[in-house]
Amino acid sequence: MTDFLMPSLGADMEAGTLAEWLVKPGDAVKRGDVVAVVETDKGAIEIEIFNDGVVSELVVPVGARVPVGTVLARLGDTAQTPAPKPPLAPAVAAPSPPTPPSASPPSASPPSAPPPSAPARPRSSPAARRLAAARGIDLARMAGSGPGGAIVLADLEAPRPAAPRGDLAARRGFDPAAMRLAIGSAMSRSKREIPHYYLSETIDCTAALAWLERRNRDRAPPERVLPAALFVRAVALALAKTPELNGYWQDGHFQPGGGVHIGWAIALRGGGLVAPAIRDADALSVDGIMAAMRDLVLRARGARLRGSELTAPTITITSLGDRGAEAVWPIIYPPQVAMVGIGRIVTRPWVVGGSIAARPVVTLTLAGDHRASDGHLGGRFLAEIGRRLQEIEAP
Amino acid sequence: MTAPNMTAAETRQLVLDTLAAIAPEADLAHLPGDAVLREELDLDSMDFLNFVTALHERTGIDIPEADYPSLSTLDGAVAYLRREPPGPATA
Repeated sequence: MTDFLMPSLGADMEAGTLAEWLVKPGDAVKRGDVVAVVETDKGAIEIEIFNDGVVSELVVPVGARVPVGTVLARLGDTAQTPAPKPPLAPAVAAPSPPTPPSASPPSASPPSAPPPSAPARPRSSPAARRLAAARGIDLARMAGSGPGGAIVLADLEAPRPAAPRGDLAARRGFDPAAMRLAIGSAMSRSKREIPHYYLSETIDCTAALAWLERRNRDRAPPERVLPAALFVRAVALALAKTPELNGYWQDGHFQPGGGVHIGWAIALRGGGLVAPAIRDADALSVDGIMAAMRDLVLRARGARLRGSELTAPTITITSLGDRGAEAVWPIIYPPQVAMVGIGRIVTRPWVVGGSIAARPVVTLTLAGDHRASDGHLGGRFLAEIGRRLQEIEAP
Repeated sequence: MTAPNMTAAETRQLVLDTLAAIAPEADLAHLPGDAVLREELDLDSMDFLNFVTALHERTGIDIPEADYPSLSTLDGAVAYLRREPPGPATA
């Protein structure tokens, strides 16, 4: 018998509202299955389970808001795999003690219909989700023809009706004010606890942009790559030489990340931001990173992110894009120990071979946690990113 | 269906529908035809790429990066889509 708990999805999460159960008692579940949807300050998040087993009881009913650590459901063992430890939920300083979930009695049966306060998201098949992600379709705006109204491939392949004029309620459960509070809380903790040091390095982007132009010239729009994907790849590869920047500060010491999982900061259209992980970014091609970025942006702004995507990042990148400022001095997202900022690419006078030329340049910045590393190491890291951007290999 | 076979009004609606999916909070009914879309609707480079991708998928036109400036406004995008033939790179 194991318990399935309300996870912590970040340094800023104290509680969540159970919005939807995707399993019922008697269902067999495998590690990694999405079993519930939880409303958080970052919107609706899909929650995965980290044990194999059979659902024996749903403890928390739909609509209940409960603290991190509360038992949401109980699992009976299927007798094979021992329960692996949940992956890093590095976030909370002190988990709140589990408390009973509100006044309503625990419901052992699957909820028939969510209460008005709980958003009903359309279900969708995995294939439909993939296609929707590739096409930029927001599933929340569609009606499905599958079982129980689920959105299936055929719905996406049918001629699309005119997109309805939406509003921010499209991101159901998303409350900009609550997100602002959560960001404020996490950043206050960062500034209070983390002794930041800051470095910057300006990099000539001529080679990278020329490579990108050649790369995109003969490709249809779905296959095109943005400069940000090159930056993310360069950061991921550079981390191999300075692993001290990739991981967490926990219990008074540095704990290396288990892989290079880059948190990609995404601005949400209603305000606020979220930084889900591009997993194992050091093993991905430029195309692979671009695909991951498109998928994350789409799901962060429209459909749903998964809980594990919010807890996985071992370092975060914020890229201001081509309408942003020239440079940013990031605030580290605890318990990570570093954050990389990428400014807008600007054309500036640059000395090339002893003379001045107009060159596209970008300012890379690093915020480092002085408890885990020094500026000397941070400087080597930025230099390595710059070197990687001068010699971009085939995708 | 390709844009050159559509009426100007249909093409305009197609562009507006595409924008509505990307900037759902925008009041597109009052979007001036000559407003710079990226400024007016606060589109970042990923949003704009998704805009181009959606137009490509619905018209078959390749819209190379060099042509992006032609799509900077609603009027510009409509004129561009009505003028360009579907491209060979269509998957």
